[in-house]
Amino acid sequence: MKRRGTVFALFAYAAIMIGIQLLATGTGHEYYLTQLIMTAYYTLVVLGLCLVMGYAGQISLGHGAFFALGGYTSAVLTTLDLNAQAATPLGRALLHIGVLMSRQSLYGEELTSISPWVAFVAAILLTVVVATLIGYPTLRLHGHYLAMGTLGFGLIVYRLLLGTNFTGSADGISSVPPWQLLPNLVISGSSAHRVPNYYVAWTLTGAALLVILNVVHSRTGRALRSIHGGERAANAMGVNTAAQKLRVFVLSAALAAVAGSFFTHYNAAIGPSEAGVMKSVRYVTLVAAGGMANIWGVLIIGSLLTFLSLRGCFGSFDHAVFGSILILIMTLTPEGPLAPLAAVVRSAWRRLRRRSEQIPGAADDSID
Amino acid sequence: MTASTDGPVRNIAESAELLLEVRNLRRCFGGLVAVDAVNFTIRSGRIKAVIGPNGAGKTTLFNTICGQLAPDAGEICFEGRRITGWPPYRIARLGLSRTFQNLSLFDNMTVLENVMIGCHPWTHAGLVSSVLRLPWQQREERAIVAAARAQLEFVGLAAHADVQVGGLSFGKRRMVELARALATRPRLLLLDEPASGLNTKETEDLAASISRIRDSGITVLLVEHDMSLVMDISDEILVLDYGRPVIDSDPVTVRNDKNVIAIYLGGDFDGAPH
Repeated sequence: MKRRGTVFALFAYAAIMIGIQLLATGTGHEYYLTQLIMTAYYTLVVLGLCLVMGYAGQISLGHGAFFALGGYTSAVLTTLDLNAQAATPLGRALLHIGVLMSRQSLYGEELTSISPWVAFVAAILLTVVVATLIGYPTLRLHGHYLAMGTLGFGLIVYRLLLGTNFTGSADGISSVPPWQLLPNLVISGSSAHRVPNYYVAWTLTGAALLVILNVVHSRTGRALRSIHGGERAANAMGVNTAAQKLRVFVLSAALAAVAGSFFTHYNAAIGPSEAGVMKSVRYVTLVAAGGMANIWGVLIIGSLLTFLSLRGCFGSFDHAVFGSILILIMTLTPEGPLAPLAAVVRSAWRRLRRRSEQIPGAADDSID
Repeated sequence: MTASTDGPVRNIAESAELLLEVRNLRRCFGGLVAVDAVNFTIRSGRIKAVIGPNGAGKTTLFNTICGQLAPDAGEICFEGRRITGWPPYRIARLGLSRTFQNLSLFDNMTVLENVMIGCHPWTHAGLVSSVLRLPWQQREERAIVAAARAQLEFVGLAAHADVQVGGLSFGKRRMVELARALATRPRLLLLDEPASGLNTKETEDLAASISRIRDSGITVLLVEHDMSLVMDISDEILVLDYGRPVIDSDPVTVRNDKNVIAIYLGGDFDGAPH
């Protein structure tokens, strides 16, 4: 059954992640984990976009902006100076229940601001509201209106971040505090926390993967693919196409915001370039390179290319390399570079099963 | 005496089984009036055909009934409920399904998945229950697969369930569309030229299928060019010409109507009747 394959693949995912960590630590290349952590968060954005692009067939050029929206919301709220407010009775109560949080600032002063947990929830809520406002009008129309709408949105967010003192203008926001997830688990860029952070990042991405896989193999996932296959017919079969598109777009934007929020705490900083249109285009490219409606392909190709790019393997030709890869994949294997490989594996599997079926009782697992 | 008591009773019976009512429907495209002053009704359990020369407004009429096009005037009632101006997905959920003249299958999906989409109107699982794989969502998913397989069985495509729909012949793809429309559990089924592109054998099978669909309690409205098919299976025929109704009657009356003959043969007898 499909389900068994998914469970197996998730185990393989976990095994590979552990293997990479052990290899990196064992060979003294633990600093690779830093780029791998960032790769995980970017891959989370790409996986969410895959749901919108690959399955529902809608292109969003605003995912960089949603990532930034999540990151900046966390950054702004956790660096607000609320020392004065914390002295009031209400402030003391909020401090007590954990809405506010006190810490030592860079200059050794006591600084009270909003807790990363509250900021995280606020980041998601804000992104959901903004994505709904953009998606509602554009997704009711057929065609590439979402691409246009989100492109404009991305440009606006980038310019606003660049021109607002509140968000640190071109410098962005630094000295974002670490995020105490659990008593002994902190989202922070310090090398002492590198290994746990690696596992947090890839567990988060793995959880998103599971969510997306469950959506894909459901009534909702089918409805999304039917919109891609023919919106008019989908509508005639009772699929509320506008509502389905909006829901999945908002889910995907929220995933980008989650990634942005974690990323900002990990890096302790965020800058306006995260909202840049080139970032959004990069995400779209990675979904296309992974094979569009192919979650595993997008995961593997997306994380591999992101990692190589973060390691600086493409040097100053970064964008050119990405462009070339996209052209090559589109012309040679439009269903993603993993599709031919998957076909080989599948036919080998089928041959193996046929052989085992000839031995009576050897194979009684029904495969769809 | 008997006639006067019979009359009202029969009228009530007739209005009770009135499934679709189209009143004074009008739809224009710019200056072109595609459908004008169209009035007709369909009673439950009947097969009704809409015929007329190319450009008579048959497909426009269909698209307007299904909500794909908004009418410029007039109203449409389904089971006594006014559905004029409703979006297609809401009309589909009421129990009105359709097929498309030029086929509109989801080529990115398998045959079975295409038919499973048809189960959308009577199922409920949403984003949250799918993400959590709740038990009732899993049960519903199994029910969808079973219902879709049953429809494929009905149209004789059970063996092709797991192939990509694009790989099938045109005739088989028409049958997938029929199965998908039936999977919505419609009370009224609209078939837009179901026999176009089919060979003689396939058309015969189609005629048998349509009769069986009617016998299972689903009312059928079809647009068709194949006159022998229309005459064979229809209980009533509505003839359109330049968007206006010419006659709405039983096949024998329609076949012998002077206006219909004039429309189809244009007064001189050198053309085939379609």
